[in-house]
Amino acid sequence: MTARADISDHTTVLHAPFAEWFASRGWAPRPHQLDLLARARAGRSVLLIAPTGAGKTLAGFLPTLVSLHERPRDAPVGGRGPHTLYISPLKALAVDIARNLEQPVAEMGLPVRIETRTGDTPVHKRQRQKLKPPDILLTTPEQTALLVSATDADRFFADVDTVILDELHSLVVSKRGDLLALCLARLRTLAPKLKAIGLSATVADPDALRAWLVGQRGAPPTPSDEVAKPSAGRKAKTPPRRLADLITVAGGAKPEITILDSAERVPWAGHSARYALADIYAAIGAHKMALLFVNTRSQAEMIFQELWRINTDGLPIALHHGSLDPTQRRKVESAMSEGRLRAVVATSTLDLGIDWGDVDLVVHIGAPKGASRLAQRIGRANHRLDEPSKALLVPANRFEVLECRAALDANYLGAQDTPPIRAGGLDVLAQHILGMACAAPFEAGAAHAEVTSAYPYRNLTRETFDRVVDFVATGGYALKTYERYAKIRKGPDGLWRLTHPRFAQQYRLNVGTIIEAPMLNVRVSRSARAGFAGRGGRTLGKVEEYFIEQLSPGETFLFAGQVLRFEGIRENEAIATRTADDTPKIPMYAGGKFPLTTYLATGVRGLLSDPRAWGQLPVQVSDWLRIQKKRSILPRRNQLLVETFPRGNRSYLVCYPFEGRLAHQTLGMLLTRRLERARLKPTGFVATDYSLAVWGLGNLGRAFADGAPSLAELFDEDMLGDDLDAWMADSYLLKRTFRSAALISGLIEKRHPGKEKTGRQVTVSSDLIYDVLRAHEPDHILMQATWADAATGHLDVARLGDMLSRIKGRIVHKRLDRISPLALPVMLEIGREVIAGEAQEDVLREAAEDLVKEAMGDG
Amino acid sequence: MAEPARRMETDPEPALVAVAGVVLEAFADGALWWADRRLLVVADLHFEKGSAFARRGRMLPPYDTVETLTRLSRLVTRFDPATIVALGDSFHDDGGAARLRPSDRATLKALQSGRDWIWIAGNHDPAAPAGLDGGHLDSLAIGPLVFRHEPTIGDGGHGEIAGHLHPAARVAGRGKWVRRRCFAGDGRRLILPAFGAYAGGLNVLDKTFAGVFDLAAFRAYMLGEDRVYAVGRKVLRPD
Repeated sequence: MTARADISDHTTVLHAPFAEWFASRGWAPRPHQLDLLARARAGRSVLLIAPTGAGKTLAGFLPTLVSLHERPRDAPVGGRGPHTLYISPLKALAVDIARNLEQPVAEMGLPVRIETRTGDTPVHKRQRQKLKPPDILLTTPEQTALLVSATDADRFFADVDTVILDELHSLVVSKRGDLLALCLARLRTLAPKLKAIGLSATVADPDALRAWLVGQRGAPPTPSDEVAKPSAGRKAKTPPRRLADLITVAGGAKPEITILDSAERVPWAGHSARYALADIYAAIGAHKMALLFVNTRSQAEMIFQELWRINTDGLPIALHHGSLDPTQRRKVESAMSEGRLRAVVATSTLDLGIDWGDVDLVVHIGAPKGASRLAQRIGRANHRLDEPSKALLVPANRFEVLECRAALDANYLGAQDTPPIRAGGLDVLAQHILGMACAAPFEAGAAHAEVTSAYPYRNLTRETFDRVVDFVATGGYALKTYERYAKIRKGPDGLWRLTHPRFAQQYRLNVGTIIEAPMLNVRVSRSARAGFAGRGGRTLGKVEEYFIEQLSPGETFLFAGQVLRFEGIRENEAIATRTADDTPKIPMYAGGKFPLTTYLATGVRGLLSDPRAWGQLPVQVSDWLRIQKKRSILPRRNQLLVETFPRGNRSYLVCYPFEGRLAHQTLGMLLTRRLERARLKPTGFVATDYSLAVWGLGNLGRAFADGAPSLAELFDEDMLGDDLDAWMADSYLLKRTFRSAALISGLIEKRHPGKEKTGRQVTVSSDLIYDVLRAHEPDHILMQATWADAATGHLDVARLGDMLSRIKGRIVHKRLDRISPLALPVMLEIGREVIAGEAQEDVLREAAEDLVKEAMGDG
Repeated sequence: MAEPARRMETDPEPALVAVAGVVLEAFADGALWWADRRLLVVADLHFEKGSAFARRGRMLPPYDTVETLTRLSRLVTRFDPATIVALGDSFHDDGGAARLRPSDRATLKALQSGRDWIWIAGNHDPAAPAGLDGGHLDSLAIGPLVFRHEPTIGDGGHGEIAGHLHPAARVAGRGKWVRRRCFAGDGRRLILPAFGAYAGGLNVLDKTFAGVFDLAAFRAYMLGEDRVYAVGRKVLRPD
């Protein structure tokens, strides 16, 4: 930490145009803005953590503007690269920031050129930007990757002084963050004096972000014989992290958050929150503009439609989610900023820090799933720091009441539960290495040093790095048959270079780490029948292919706020027609999108175990817990309650780990395998965010009571060993993860020069590749990358492992003669929930039986 | 491979498919067995597809040929066929045979020894594979059946066994869907699924299949884990 700015006398820091500009608006520069300016001028990289409305953006750009103001007027303009690079996760955010920046720059009369560069920027403009770069370039991680992989990258970035990374907290936890970290390392090599300014909302571990912003010393260039040593040995040698400076702005006024206490009955299960619509509508009516957040797109569709059904006052209510056509989204956004709307139903597309005008109420429908996410969303209301934001939480079922309560406590306590930064993906590294070769020949040792200066890759060994280089060159297989087809090759000078320029073209077409679920356009055709043949009609947006695949022609579904009748698929389009029918046949709900964070899970368990805290809960919910306490057990904070009871001709096990749906699904799979081995004939399971139910034909209660097996054995951590391996290898989840690793690493292509593959074609071929690779080289580097991703991503194995070790010796078994109150929600999910990819043979068998019916004349 | 073929109880269950009055057995691994003639048929092996892609910079795992040969070896062990017919596109491209690794070449030779082996010409491999054993024909007629690569409409009289189209089918139920490679037939014509490890599938409802089948008699024989499911046209879904 170096010099602190003297904030009592800012005129000594700020030049005339800046001081005058602040004065003309009746503002004073805020202390954190001056602090950041002083540190940046001292050449420091800085992380600024501030809540929305704290003037974060201006703080981030102030050092750049001052520095550009000080630049000699007669300095040659041509040939100079950009001074500052601003990188945001959203195209829309980059455009929005450019607009917000241009105004003060114009008012201060600064000679500063500002331009954006995104996927939407036309080619001629991009070319012009290369020849005559702006002073400030606002862009995205993908465009940055393209710029650093260009052959003129060294020249273009030679003068770059500052890189500003917006919404850093949301970027660093994804593979886009890995890609960006590698690009940042590249930029530091090209411009050694580069300083990074990170702008972030509050996070659980600021030091990780501070380290992310600056170059790390990285792993020592380990000779390969050291690699096999246990990681503990290596850890001791890891040098301390280098950290950027930190400026933290305390939160503004405490938000006013309430949980909806509806007179209606709160449902036992489900996620629709339909019961609360009248209450929500009344809340909209009582405010200027309300923002309604939901967790999934389908929920947004449903709430939107239901609100209009009861919109007797004709309030302007709009819908905003990521699948809608961009032009429709832009319309909603501009209507919002002009204050022409009373409410917008939105998903996470509106999560990030775009300024959307005068929102005075945030309604959160469904449980927020994380205290940080809740804080972020509530921050959308009332952008003035000193006024409290107002928020209303609407739990969709009884467990969500508990979760909302826990989130509310966490928010009041200022607790943060953002996920930790994981080790960088090897698939992303493979993509980056090809990008490096596209820019210029590289030497492996220097490249390894550069890569390990990036925080997510700081522990990457030279051996693994070399394997990834080998993968990029020839696929990196044990069987060396592709040497002559190598994409990059090491020359006698020790430098790796591209063997053919067409690989650079391929790289450019496939850059990035966002692997979307394959999507189809939804086109509304005017005429019902002929629509299939005609190309006319409007595109409403995109929908996941897997959803459309479940539909039969004639079935109705909800999209873009309308009920549509599905007509058929034509190339990459789903053709639909409008229908007067107002009850869609096919619900689109796919369950909660986000798992409950560990932090909230602990809160919910605490609430459950502490009857004194129940006074804060609606009466119907506390009654529910009281009856549970009488009829069964309420587990203590660290216990795992396992209930068993008979129902129909089956025996049920219900447990309550509160670890989120992903972890519970994995647990369900593993328990089923074990129960099968114990000959208890399990026949199915269903998981929610809170609990898991497994059922079978054997008497589970008696078996556990007799210790055959005991619950301690059943829930033993060793299930994460062989059982997990065996199950995962066959799981469709692993295939899906492999597909994205194969796409990101460049093994298969999203796009090939000249023709675009549809998602489906990629899916088929990556599954076949997976089967062959698994059979013949299961230790291949891409398989390793896949397992690492799957363990933290789709399956949440890490979390399951923590849970299993936490409950060791703390399992409470309660044998009941009938279902308990606490078990009711998960039991109601049975039959609603389907585990994709499993029980495929059943579907085939049923289809074959249909044939029999057809043959017998009733088909 | 010395052990004579004996069908065991655990053997996968075939679907019985009649073509021009001849009853054939369709197996879940995609092979067709004509028991009376001890004739085994496989289609679209696409050997060396991996290396064909690698030449263009897509480094697919170089194990597709050995995988396809392994599956084929299992069939030969099980049936000990007198004749094996490879229905064309046996190699992904013309240079494929030359790129075979010596060990794969040896495996193939061992599979061929002691029986007739017919390479039917395909569009990917119109010429006889260089340096390999086996006869090379455009088509082969045995009894009421003719074996060729591409289904040929208007060839009256014969029942036709063909490949080329890589049929696959999709069915949905209970909110799930399943897509599998399949045999596709109408009693006059039977199209085999692609056998090669990297050969994908094309939905039988795709327009490519238009006019190929008599729709009233159409059946898709979908490949399950260890049995084949006969499915009627009504329950099939497009991709």
